[in-house]
Amino acid sequence: MQTLPVTVTVNGDEHTAEVEPRLLLVHFIRENLGLTGTHIGCDTTSCGACAILYDGKPIKSCTMFAVQANGHDLQTVEGLANGPTLHPIQDGFFQEHGLQCGFCTPGMMMVASALLEQNPAPTDLEIREAISGNLCRCTGYVNIVRSIQHAASAMRAEESVAAD
Amino acid sequence: MATTTTEQLGGYGQSVKRKEDPRFLRGKGTYIDDIKLPGMLYMDIVRSPFAHAKITNITTQPALDIPGVLAVITGKDLDAAGLAWMPTLMSDRQMVLPVDTVMYQMQEVAAVIADSRYAAADGAAAVEVDYEPLEVVVDPFKALQDDAPILRPDREIKSNRIFHWEAGDSAATDKAFAEADVVVEQDMYIPRIHVASIETCGCIAQVDEVSGKLTVWMTTQAPHAIRTVFSLVSGIPETKIRVISPDIGGGFGGKVPVYPGYVIAVVAALTTGKPVKWIEDRSENLQADSFARDYHMKARLAATQDGTIKALDVVTIADHGAFDAAANPSKFPAGLFSIATGSYDLETAHVEVDGVYTNKPPGGVAYRCSFRVTEAVHMIERMVDILADEIGADAAELRFKNFIQPDQFPYKSPTGWEYDSGNYPAALQKALDQIGYQDLLREQQEKRERGELMGIGISTFTEIVGAGPSNTFDILGIKMFDSAEIRIHPTGSAIVRIGVQTQGQGHETTFAQIVADELGLPVDNIIVEHGDTDTAPYGLGTYASRSTPTAGAATAMAARKIRAKAKELAAHLLEVSADDLEWVDHKFQVKGSPGSSKSMAEIAFAAYTNHPQGMEAGLEAVSYYDPPNLTFPFGAYICVVDIDRGTGMVKIRRFLAIDDCGTVINPMIVEGQIHGGLAMGMAPALLEEISYDEHGNIRGGTFMDYLLPTAMETPAWETGRTVTPSPHHPFGAKGVGESATVGAPPAIVNAVVDALSHLGVRHIDIPITPWKVYKILEEHGAAE
Ligand code: FES
Ligand code: FES
Repeated sequence: MQTLPVTVTVNGDEHTAEVEPRLLLVHFIRENLGLTGTHIGCDTTSCGACAILYDGKPIKSCTMFAVQANGHDLQTVEGLANGPTLHPIQDGFFQEHGLQCGFCTPGMMMVASALLEQNPAPTDLEIREAISGNLCRCTGYVNIVRSIQHAASAMRAEESVAAD
Repeated sequence: MATTTTEQLGGYGQSVKRKEDPRFLRGKGTYIDDIKLPGMLYMDIVRSPFAHAKITNITTQPALDIPGVLAVITGKDLDAAGLAWMPTLMSDRQMVLPVDTVMYQMQEVAAVIADSRYAAADGAAAVEVDYEPLEVVVDPFKALQDDAPILRPDREIKSNRIFHWEAGDSAATDKAFAEADVVVEQDMYIPRIHVASIETCGCIAQVDEVSGKLTVWMTTQAPHAIRTVFSLVSGIPETKIRVISPDIGGGFGGKVPVYPGYVIAVVAALTTGKPVKWIEDRSENLQADSFARDYHMKARLAATQDGTIKALDVVTIADHGAFDAAANPSKFPAGLFSIATGSYDLETAHVEVDGVYTNKPPGGVAYRCSFRVTEAVHMIERMVDILADEIGADAAELRFKNFIQPDQFPYKSPTGWEYDSGNYPAALQKALDQIGYQDLLREQQEKRERGELMGIGISTFTEIVGAGPSNTFDILGIKMFDSAEIRIHPTGSAIVRIGVQTQGQGHETTFAQIVADELGLPVDNIIVEHGDTDTAPYGLGTYASRSTPTAGAATAMAARKIRAKAKELAAHLLEVSADDLEWVDHKFQVKGSPGSSKSMAEIAFAAYTNHPQGMEAGLEAVSYYDPPNLTFPFGAYICVVDIDRGTGMVKIRRFLAIDDCGTVINPMIVEGQIHGGLAMGMAPALLEEISYDEHGNIRGGTFMDYLLPTAMETPAWETGRTVTPSPHHPFGAKGVGESATVGAPPAIVNAVVDALSHLGVRHIDIPITPWKVYKILEEHGAAE
């Protein structure tokens, strides 16, 4: 079996491994790195349960080979919180009951965190557009939108405190 | 003084934040595919491309030649061990792996065991299977014709009819129809759909080398029932089987049945001596398991000219696929379909259902309601609108006229149910007021004059949940009670173990709230465990909105047993007679002397350090609760749609759900359940369908074409509530998980039909896709 080397930075830590060229990035993250917060919900790039940040941009990690990520910076759900302190997006989901079974939640939060980086004051429709590649079967989305709005206002408040 | 108000404790009616969330928010949940055991092997499944075929040969060597592949298991291997077939919950049997014939496309044909996920997949692709196609039957009506091939020659009865079931009074119904002023009739098809929880199904089977104990981690909603079934099938005693249901990424009924993959993984673990993991791909999940609905109904209503509904008659053909592996209580092959008279006070009714075999995967499983209530509600709510159209009545007025009135409860329905409580007019009135019904009617009138298409749809449904009284409800003979066990620790914290299992409903929070309120302990001091058959008390699992009505009741009853003992302890501590004590503000106090009281924490400490002579130490209780009746949640839903004449696209502009599920434990969680249920009601109404071509090829077997609603199609749900407690439940709760999925589809269809009614449209089968609507618009010259 042919293997190739891959080096990636995940949540700030560098990892190097020898992998099969066909190994999917999501499997690399889950199986090789043991970061099982990134989930798999489909085989057609439709559900977004596998969403992570790739150089800060959201991608579906089931649709990329691990070797393609060589040299890149990745962030997964495990990298959101700062030690015991939840990221505002995590707190938003907690406060607004944005999750039920929790399976779609990591992907949702990664996409939402990228949105808020870019657009700190999104409309509900902009939020819905941003998460339209992420399926949730439990929540009916309303509370997810509320959760992201909750995070957006918390982050704006933080920003303005920082600016003062 | 310790906290004593319900609000401070986090008791009934409080929107306590969920205890399960912190692990999920940090990506630290433990779903099945997150578990990795040392030396674990992986299983992949070879599936049939044909819907009906003889297997003439299976060549496994090419798979075994692949590095990493260790074994291939076929039906013949299982047959040698007597395991090629397994029993279903409906007294039928189902192939685990076929010995010589496949019955539907994507059926399991062989399993490959390898030391990695990728090698297992390579192996599955390399197994060579020769097939000889047989005649395929996909249409259940054709399956019932005399010249149809017998699909299940293994059965004694040589017919494709699985069962015939009826309820109600056929003679009285015939008479009512013969005498009726008005009769309306409609054929309706509720298509096959799939729950598609975002996590697929899977398991890990492990056999302990020394003790021989089998542990199966699996995506199941009913771990105890699974353990019993495994034991009965394999002969392994239940002490040597442990079923663990880890965090579950959505269930909705799809994780109730035993799929062949679970059984094969267990066999593989037994034969290899290594742990074996099996995780389905999405496409396998969508194409091979947990199909719901597939009901062909012919419904008739008899009424007077002024709109009093007299009788209902429904004849149904139910496509159950190749094996009757539905998940209904044993005595109810058509589930609770006889709730078909809904919220209306009819004189008489007759309903019948014939279950039929076809070359499709097993159907009749679940989609956030497996007991056929959704089909029944869809039918009656559509029929009421059709009657309104026939006699020129307003859809809301006609409902008010025919509702079972609040003073008629407990209400005996013509098909034999006793509805526990309800106030249907209040719910509908609240919905009409909240949405501004009169304004909407005016707006619709104006729009119609301008040629715009807008519709208003109402659904006033009655659910039937909480199975159930054990004299009628059982699964394979196991009575449908449920259980809870509470243990109070000396320092006033508690562990609660329950027989039901959460898949996102938030049991770890709501069951703690029950105990908090019943015992006066803060919710933060209470932990809830479930899903492990080695530790949890025996229960039948979570589905059919039964957790709160059954295990929730058991939790309250166990808490009340503890409270009874706590009273004796408090009497001992306060040196009074127990009769002199009362339970006020979540503590025991001496009657008339509020200063003299003992909190549960103080009492718990005494139970271990200072209990009276002759009393057993400790403070714990178990309850197995057998509900005296089912519960009947209800609601009034109103949907407003706009239809684009250029594309046929239906847009849900507003959707208001007024629900009544009795006493609410946690309003935040109940609202979340309703939101989710509404999305799963909208999905089959507008988007989802699994269909087959005449060769039995599945159409729509991936997320590319089986369309789950995204945030873009889903409207901003509006909700509201009325509260009519269940008189027979310990704290008045009724269950809520499925209400919205049951109630929403007819509201949406009624709205779409209403938008088109002036064109003469009276019914549209779901899913109402843009293409269907556009065709209708074109036919009526209304397309743009
Ligand atoms: S698993 Fe990546 S999009 Fe579904
Ligand atoms: S919370 Fe279950 S899929 Fe979103």
